Amino acid sequence: MPLDPSYLEYPHRKYGMDHDHYDWSMLVSRKPVKWPNNAKIALWVNVSLQYFPLNQQGKPFPPTGGMTTAYPDLRHYTLREYGNRVGIFRLLKAFDEYDIAPTFAVNAQLAERYPYLIHKLAERGDEIIGHGWNMDTPHYGGQDRTEEATVIERSLNTLREMTGQRVEGWLSPSKSQSANTPELLVNNGVKYMCDWINDDMPYPFRTPAGEIIAMPLSTELEDRFIIQANLHSESEYADQIEDAFDFLYEEAEEQGGRMLALSIHPWMLGQPHRIGRLEQVLEYITGRGDVWSAGASDISAAWQKGQG
Amino acid sequence: MKEDPELFDYWPYDNRPKIEWPNGARVAFWVAPNIEFYELDPAVNPHRKAWPRPVPDVNGYATRDYGNRVGHMRMMRVLDRYGVRGSISLSTALCDHHPEIIELCKEREWEFFSHGIYNTRYTYGMDEAQERAMIEDAMETIRKHTGQQCSGYLAPALTHTDITMDLFAEAGGIYTCDLFHDDQPTPVKVRNGKKFVSVPYSLEMNDTIVYAVNKIEPRRYGEMIKANFDRLYEEGKESGVVMCVPLHGYQVSHPHRLKAFEEALEYITGHSDVWVTTGREIAQHFIDNNYDEAIADIKAKAS
Repeated sequence: MPLDPSYLEYPHRKYGMDHDHYDWSMLVSRKPVKWPNNAKIALWVNVSLQYFPLNQQGKPFPPTGGMTTAYPDLRHYTLREYGNRVGIFRLLKAFDEYDIAPTFAVNAQLAERYPYLIHKLAERGDEIIGHGWNMDTPHYGGQDRTEEATVIERSLNTLREMTGQRVEGWLSPSKSQSANTPELLVNNGVKYMCDWINDDMPYPFRTPAGEIIAMPLSTELEDRFIIQANLHSESEYADQIEDAFDFLYEEAEEQGGRMLALSIHPWMLGQPHRIGRLEQVLEYITGRGDVWSAGASDISAAWQKGQG
Repeated sequence: MKEDPELFDYWPYDNRPKIEWPNGARVAFWVAPNIEFYELDPAVNPHRKAWPRPVPDVNGYATRDYGNRVGHMRMMRVLDRYGVRGSISLSTALCDHHPEIIELCKEREWEFFSHGIYNTRYTYGMDEAQERAMIEDAMETIRKHTGQQCSGYLAPALTHTDITMDLFAEAGGIYTCDLFHDDQPTPVKVRNGKKFVSVPYSLEMNDTIVYAVNKIEPRRYGEMIKANFDRLYEEGKESGVVMCVPLHGYQVSHPHRLKAFEEALEYITGHSDVWVTTGREIAQHFIDNNYDEAIADIKAKAS
């Protein structure tokens, strides 16, 4: 039996993308971006604060960084909790030492469970963005639209009530979306999302409810990806971030402002043997002039202003 | 299913007839950028899933799309700096989707070869007529958009059938990148009896295999490339060898990786006896100068 004849038909084989979400565009051909004070690099440090339920369902796929053993996986449950109890405070200290303006992506259930933590973050005045309900509540293709809409609304409302912030950014758990996610985010007052990692700079993304900004939060440069998925050493993590910074800095000298998007986790870099490498990286980056450390809203707003 | 692919006979590396590359080069060095298009919602192939997560697999799709938006152009600048013309393993539908990228490659006189229509359309399950139609469509697309006669083949997503090489040779191809059994070009048996060769394309040096499968650190990749070259350059004193570095814009062109790769490229092209060339030129040179001798030597060593 050969394949169905439709397998050799290509209905989207035409100019541009094979979907309508965004326009095809090459980074090198775009208008150069100007950051405030002519900074070369906008430094976006995203800290994901996550809750991984012990009774993980893993449907339709297990969350990135979730439980792996048979129930009860106390090992991974507590390793992740370590970040919320201990690791986060090491990160905060490092941010203060190097004048970093972090952005916190928070599972709403975590905020609800640990009001002390969310209030502490809110008092700092750093930006807080939505990160879904918990890590085992994914957004995914084929998900019931009403069910997803409820999760998004509930997550954002929880964070807004507890922090008093507008909460205009969003990072989906495991960076997974359904076909409806961007539209539902716009319906709920979200202005930018961080799940699409197809660029090094922000770009406009279309939804039936209006435009949302895609803010690509690099997975390749993520602490979890380098250290846990690739099993590279702590010093290698630092080398790679510094190399990325140097590269983007040089590119910015010719092509306009660039963004360095660092995604980190308190359960990963907050460990005593890793925190020093984060400090090393922050010292390296902030030691160079022309670096603008800012929350993701400020970065996306500065980018948007220049698009005009 | 066959026990042996029946594409080549055993041909030991020692005492082969000497290969002489142009200007006495020891190593024919080529770089093969994969310029690919992955579909967000491809037709379903019953033998292989396109994406691990339900459609839309934002993670998988966006990871690849980075190459087209950001990666290829960065890689081009690096290859330009060292006078390397890429031999593009092309998802030919990209000619329709992103002609701007094709233009940039044409300006540089890079070679285009076929990597299927989309990297999300697999050969598995196709009958002969379907696979032939896919191969001819891809070759015709290259001809139409670039003016080039497509000479080489790397099966889309490395998905083959037993007759893939036969069909490609019948459509006018002269070399394949799908076989990883040698450091020199070697004859490949095809049913029309034409001279058809394997040009070494190296999975070991392939950035996707290196970074995403073997989880190699960026700087170590640079070291691996140099070590691979050093040994081949040494052996190339005896008889010409081939070194290939296959690349992907969504892998090597990330900001934490490109510099280490560039250093390796600078190292290689800084040697005098290197023929910096393309897949087609290597295949043609071997067919014109070494193919018949190779066949005779394979026969002589069969017992």
